[in-house]
Formats: sequence, structure tokens, C-alpha cells
Amino acid sequence: MSAYRPGWQRLLVPPRVDPWLSGALLVLVLIGLAVLHSAAAGDLAVVRSQALRDGAGLVAMLALARVPPARLRLWAPWFYAASLALLLLVPIFGTGRSGRHWLYLGAFYVQPAELMKLSVPLMTAAFLSERVLPPRWGSLAVCAAIIGLPVALIAIQPDLGTAMLVGASGAFVAFFAGMAWWRIGLIAGLGAFAAPLGWGFLHDYQKRRLLTFMNPEADPLGDGWNIIQSKIAVGSGGLWGKGWGEGTQSRLEFLPEHTTDFIFAVLAEDFGFIGVCLVLALYLIIIGRSLWIAAEARDSFGRTLGASLALTLFVYVLANGGMISGLLPVVGVPMPLISYGGTSAVTLLAGFGIVLSLAAHRKFRG
Amino acid sequence: MRTPGRPMRNPLAEAITQRRRALVAFLLVFVLLAVLAGRFAWLQVARYEEFHTRSEANRIKARPIVPARGLIYDRTGRILADNVPAYRLDVVREDAGDLEALVARLREVIELGEEDAETFIASARARRSFQPVTVKLRLSEAEVARFAVNRHRFPGVEVVPYLNRHYPYGDLFAHVVGYVGRIDESDLARVDPARYSGATHIGKAGIERRYEERLHGQVGVEQVEVNAEGRTLRVVGREPAHAGQDIYLSIDAELQQAVVDAFEGQPGAAVVLDPRNGEVLALASLPSYDPNPFVSGIGRAAYAALLEAPSRPLFNRVLQGGYEPGSTLKPFVGLAGLEYGLRTPRDTTLSTGAFRLPGHEREYRDWRRGGHGHVNLGEAMAQSVNTYFFQLAVDLGIERMSSYLGRFGFGQPTGIDLLGEASGVLPSPQWKRTNRSQPWYPGETVIAGIGQGFWVVTPLQLAQATQMLANGGLKYAPHLLRATQARFDAPPVLESWPAPGPAMVQNPANLQAVTQAMVQVLHGPTGTARGVMAQFHLGYTVAGKTGTAQRVSRRGEQSLDVNQLPFTQRHNALFIAFAPTDAPRVAVMVVVEHGGSGSAVATPVALRIIDAWLRRNPE
Repeated sequence: MSAYRPGWQRLLVPPRVDPWLSGALLVLVLIGLAVLHSAAAGDLAVVRSQALRDGAGLVAMLALARVPPARLRLWAPWFYAASLALLLLVPIFGTGRSGRHWLYLGAFYVQPAELMKLSVPLMTAAFLSERVLPPRWGSLAVCAAIIGLPVALIAIQPDLGTAMLVGASGAFVAFFAGMAWWRIGLIAGLGAFAAPLGWGFLHDYQKRRLLTFMNPEADPLGDGWNIIQSKIAVGSGGLWGKGWGEGTQSRLEFLPEHTTDFIFAVLAEDFGFIGVCLVLALYLIIIGRSLWIAAEARDSFGRTLGASLALTLFVYVLANGGMISGLLPVVGVPMPLISYGGTSAVTLLAGFGIVLSLAAHRKFRG
Repeated sequence: MRTPGRPMRNPLAEAITQRRRALVAFLLVFVLLAVLAGRFAWLQVARYEEFHTRSEANRIKARPIVPARGLIYDRTGRILADNVPAYRLDVVREDAGDLEALVARLREVIELGEEDAETFIASARARRSFQPVTVKLRLSEAEVARFAVNRHRFPGVEVVPYLNRHYPYGDLFAHVVGYVGRIDESDLARVDPARYSGATHIGKAGIERRYEERLHGQVGVEQVEVNAEGRTLRVVGREPAHAGQDIYLSIDAELQQAVVDAFEGQPGAAVVLDPRNGEVLALASLPSYDPNPFVSGIGRAAYAALLEAPSRPLFNRVLQGGYEPGSTLKPFVGLAGLEYGLRTPRDTTLSTGAFRLPGHEREYRDWRRGGHGHVNLGEAMAQSVNTYFFQLAVDLGIERMSSYLGRFGFGQPTGIDLLGEASGVLPSPQWKRTNRSQPWYPGETVIAGIGQGFWVVTPLQLAQATQMLANGGLKYAPHLLRATQARFDAPPVLESWPAPGPAMVQNPANLQAVTQAMVQVLHGPTGTARGVMAQFHLGYTVAGKTGTAQRVSRRGEQSLDVNQLPFTQRHNALFIAFAPTDAPRVAVMVVVEHGGSGSAVATPVALRIIDAWLRRNPE
């Protein structure tokens, strides 16, 4: 531990970061840029803009790594309130290609929904850390409100993927707080029972995606196209892949959205099963190390928040990887730190800044 | 300090529970990531072959390379059918969306007639959705430019360069060369679709259709890498197309022009043959039509106008026109008399102006009232004395006459290398029984002797028969194909046509006598065509025979001046000839429709043709 220095001078001290987690994240970001270079057919402007965002994300990560968790807990309500306010502005001032997702804040665009991926677990963890744990129905009801409000707002944008992730990130906090298994089972059971009712609230394109997932070959040139072409890209990569930038499915644009949602198929095509395993191993390191750091955290706030952030990343990986390989329906979830996209990279890295902060401020062990 | 209902916090228990949950989560993550990795292994390792194949199928498309169609030349190498670079507009239906909407939008950019649009929509629906279908051929430069600017608005629509067939002589060779047209559904049923993949045109008429096999060539294949939009990125492999063979016709373009000029605008037909080998030197059916509009799709109205024109320009008179041969048949009947030994050249028959069968009332007349007196073969031919041939026909009998004249090809197709030839009618009792279900009457033998009654010949049949008089009776099938050339720099290979059978004339002296008689027609003091012949100063003798096929039968004493008749009721004027008589190099058949007298109208046409050919080919 560095000696205490007052004020801004503390910023000059090199941050003490966990080498495993930060190293794995850095390697992943670099691999992401390499795959993006291939997916964007060598368009350096795309790579450069993603590198800038990754850089901004890494700066945010290192900055948050210095903030003691206790202070984060104090900020949590304000952060949550600010995110919620921005989210409420989206339906009024928002822009976007397929629904209103983006807010223009003078100099740049943000997706308030992305901010919620941090604010919701932060707020839930802050709230639960004040309560008796494991949480009972009273606490859980408040958690449901904290989580449910932004999720509903995001779902009507409509952005099912982000809503799902935000909901998961909050629910994971409750899970890690020790929510009793029988309560989890009850809620899951009720959810399964209510699912057919939810079908009616889905947009047509969302219904179609689910139906297409069930039987992609029914309409190979329409809705099934994405899944089929993605599977062809993955499968034709074989064990060793076609080589960097040699993937024909991506280069010849058979693969849709190959810089964003389907970028993992580009990776699978270029680098084969070996490349896929390498990246999945990196995710396993990041998630496992984060869970370890969370478990070692000094209080419930740190443990629940850190573990939730780690598990949320896993949901990304599973949802995207499952979609790419035709295992799960097409939901607009990017592959974390590989897919092209600004806010997602920044919030993800910022989230791992919190985890790094937990590592740096872990309880003293003889 | 425990308050009831508000349990104490227990940080240690919390930590233990939460760490256990983290462990549970890690195990879950590990298992699910392993499942995901397993899924990728299933796709990438177990099913690699399948997806590799599908990826290649995505990437590589085989595009046909349309071979250049063989050119058609005349015997001296003048181009009769050429390939001219042009642009067309193709549509791939599956990329272009709704066809009606597409047509409406295309009209903003290119000119597209109602019929073209209908044809396009019909043929697009008939083909498979990924096959390109042509919307419009021969785009103008302005249209190509306008489309290029608007290209982004039309996915699946493409400007494609191609070779457009062009007939530089216009209507001069329409009835010989024919034309190519857009491949339609009936063509597709007729040909091997693989050989015509990518092709837009096929021979529809004339030489273009008859020699489609040779002209079309061998389609090539180009393996191209395409992107998802179907845009070609690069060529991966290539098996080149082989252009069709070039064809040299025996036709002489200059002579053909001379033939048409000789008609001076009159309707009719003419065939010029080389009696030494059966080559067709010129073949004209007038009036003719311009084949060029047929290539890019003639409009329905324009086609109907051609079809319904009273002058029938689309009708190939040479092949399909049925004419009464009239007196042009007399040389053949006369030859039959000599060959059967019923006459010698010196034997005479008395012409009194009217011929009667014994026991019959009906009179068969000579054209000169009062008759021609005693005439032998030479005089009978020169003055075209009907009575001589009436009597000869009766002496021959219909069976013998019919079988002998059949040897000259009457009543059957000549076998020329063009499609759609008519057979005509060679009158015989058997023919009449079959076709009219009636017995043969003796009077019909009489008029058959002068080429009237049931007789129907095509100009080509008469030309073929005339050629046999010129070459000693060798029955060559008239043919147009002279040579083929595999490539433009390869030597032309002469086509070998089957040799004719043995001569149809048993005694050459008989043929000599008939030839002499035919010379009398033009050169003799009483010849029907001597007046016309006198206007020509040829350095050789011509053997010929006039014919005036009746359209209105003559009754009784009434004599008609044909020039007084309405145009369409006038007689057809016929003339057959060959020259020079000592070693014939050209045989001609001319029919001038509604021309009136054969000697006055058809003879000069034929003589001009003979002159035009022999003057340029003095041997």
C-alpha cells in the first residue's frame, strides 16, 4: 500500500491493479481490434475509432480502480438517479435507427441503457448492503423496483437484449447476496408461467426472431439468413480457421452485421476452433478472476457487486456465442470487448474498474 | 440489542454465503462455457466439411460465357450476318423484387414499351428466380448513361455487354439468311438448356436456324467469386467459350443485288443455281423484309403489318410459293417423249388451233388462233405450241409422264438446306385419288402436258429441274452452305455434299435436242422470246422456256388481253433458262407475279440475271 497523500497528488501514484484481470482484459481488447480489422475489411477508420473507445474505457477503468468501494456505495443513488433521468429523456429526445436508443449530450452520443448496466447493479448492491442478508421479500421487492423500472424503460425502446442484461445484472446482485434458493425457484416458476403472457407484448420482429430460431431453414433468404450464414461462417472456419482477413463469409458480406453482433463468427471463421477456444479461455479467466476478487472483497457490497459484474459479462458471452452458433435466438447482444460499439466497451471496462478497485481495496489478510 | 422482527446482521455468515454463491456461479460459468465450446467444436470440427462446402457454394458462382455466334459470309467473303457490340439490361428476379413496380421505376430511366414489359414479366416468371432475364436489348448510349447514374436504385438490374446480330444488307438476304430472335419457351423446349445458358438469341429462320448447331458455338464457364449481393469480385477459374463456326454461303451478294434490281420492284421470285454442283448463287423472294427489327424484338403492330400486307413480304415464295408451271414444263414433257421413243426431234404434229380428244366435245386451244401448222419439237418449243404437247401427253399417258417428270424432283422437296420447303403437286391418278378422292379423267392428262391443271411447283423445284437439263440430268440438291471456318484465322473448309445419283437422262442426244429446242425460244426466228433476246447482246447462247401460268381460264373463242386485267388477276410470268448452252454454268428460274406474259416480263429479268453473273464470271 502506498503512503497516504492528500488531494490530487494521489492521482500520480501508479494504480495498483490486479495483473491477471487487467492483463486478460488488455489481451482481449487487442484481439478484438485485430478481429475488427478483419471484419471491417481493413477499414482503419473503424479500427481507430474502436481503439479510441477502448482507450477511453481503459482510462475509465483505471480511474474507477482508484475509487474506494465505500465511496462508490455512497455515489450509487446519485449515479442511478442520473442514469434514470437520462433514460427518461430518451423517448423524448432520443435518436436511433430502429427505435430511440441514443441521447446527444452536446459533444457525444450516449446510450443511457448502457449506463444502466452499471447503475442498476451498483444501486441494488448499495441498497442490499444496508439490509439484513440474505434478503427477504421486503428487500427483494425494493430490488425488483430498482431493477424493474429501467428494464421496462429499455424494453419499450425497444432493446430486448440490453433490457435482459440490465435485469440480469441486478438480479445477480440479489443472487450473490444470498437470496434463498426457494425464493429463486418460486420467482423462476412464476416467470415461466407468465412467459406466454409476455409473448403478446413482443414486437413482431422479436416474435419472428424467436420463431426463426426454432426453424431457421424455413425461410433461408429471409429471417433465417443471419443464423444460417453465421453457422456457415463458424463451421467453415474449421479447426485452424481460414486465416486473418481471409474469411470469405465476412469479406464477401454473406455474414450480416459482421462488425457488431456477429463479429464472433468472423473470429471463428478466421481463427477456427482454436481461436474460439483461446477467446473463451480468456473470458473464463476474466470471469473466474473477477469472481475470486469479489469473493475476497471486504464487505457484502463489494462481493455482490463484483460477482454480479463478472456474471453479467458471462451472460453477454453466452447470449452472443449462443446466437452465433445457432444455439440461442438472435438477440442484439454484442460480444463483449470484441464487437464494434462505443458505449458498451466503455461501460464494460468501467465495470471492471470497479472490480479492480475491489481488488485494490481488499481486506487486509495477514 | 435485538429488536423483534428485525434480525441482526451477521457479516461472517453473509461472507460465507456469498463466497459459496460465487463458487456456484463459477462452476455454472465453467460448465456453460464448456457447452458453448462444445457447440463450436460440433460446428467447426464435426461438421466442418458440410459448412466448408456451403461456404464455397456461397462464394463461387459458375457464370456461363456466351460464345460469339459464327458470322455468315457470301461466297466472296462479304458479311451477311455480323456481330455488333451492344448493351442490354438484365434483371435477376430474386434480387429485384416486385416486377410490375420495377418496370414502372425502370420507365423513368429507359424507354420500355408496353409489349416489351409484358414479354419481360412473362419470361421472368417462367424462369427460375436467380436466372437473369433481359428487359431490353440494344440500349441507347443515353439509356446506358442514365441507368449508370441511377444504378443504386435498381438492385438486381444490370447493364450487360453483348454481341447483337446485325444484317448489314437489310432485306436483301432475309429469305436466305433469316434472322435470330430472343429465345422463347418453345425454343427452350427444343434445345439443350446447358448449351444455351446465358444465351439470349437463337436462330429463328433461314440459314440462322438451319445451321444453328454450327453457328452457336460452345458455351464457356467462368468461376467467379461473388459477394452477398451477387456482384462479381474476381474470376477464380475460367473455361473459355468457343465461338461458333463462321459460314460461307454459295450466295453471291452482288448477284443477289442484281437479281433484285432485275425485278425492278415487281413481286416474284428467282433462283440462280450453278448446274455443275447445285450451289445456290442467288435466291430472292420479293418483296422482302428487314430482318434487323426481329433481332431485338419486333413490335406486335409492326409484325402484324408485315404479316397482313397483301404483298406477303414474310412469305418465302422460292420455298413455299406454289405456282402452275405452265409452258415451262414443256421441255420436260418433250424430253419424256424422246426418252420413251414416242417422238424423234423431227417428228411433227399438226396444230389446228384446237385439240380434241377422240369422242370428246371439249376443245383445248393453242394460243394462236388457227394454229401453228405442222411443228416438230424445235418449233413446238420455240412457238410454245400446245397441241404438240397435248398429243404427246396423250401418247405418253399420265402414268408414264408422271413417273418420268418425278425424276426431276417435281412433287417432292428438293432437299435444300433451308427449312419449310413445300412439296408442290406432281399430278397422277394416284395423287388425285389420295387427295381428291376422284378418278382421273383423260382430259386432265391433256392439260397436264402443258403444265396446267393440278400442277403446282415451287420456284426452287423448277430451278432444280432446269439445272438438270443443263448438267446432263444430275440431280443435285440445291444447297447454300459452301464452306465453314472454325476460327477467323483458320482456313475455310469446303462442305462436302453428297454426290448426285446417276444421270436421270438415258440418252444425252435427247437432252441435246431439247436444249436446241430451248435455244430456239430465244435465238430462233419464231422464238417467243426472240424479241427480248434481241435487246441483249450476249456473247453466248441461252436455252430457255417461257411460261404464262393462267389465273383465269380461257373459254371458247374469247381472247383476253392480259394487260387489261386487274393486277392481281393477271397471269404469273415464268421463265427458266440456262447458259451458256455449250457448257452451262448458270441455271435460272424466274417468276414475276401478276406479270402477264412470260416472254415479255419474266424473260428480260432472267436475261439480266444471267448477264450479270456470266459477265463477272467469264470463266
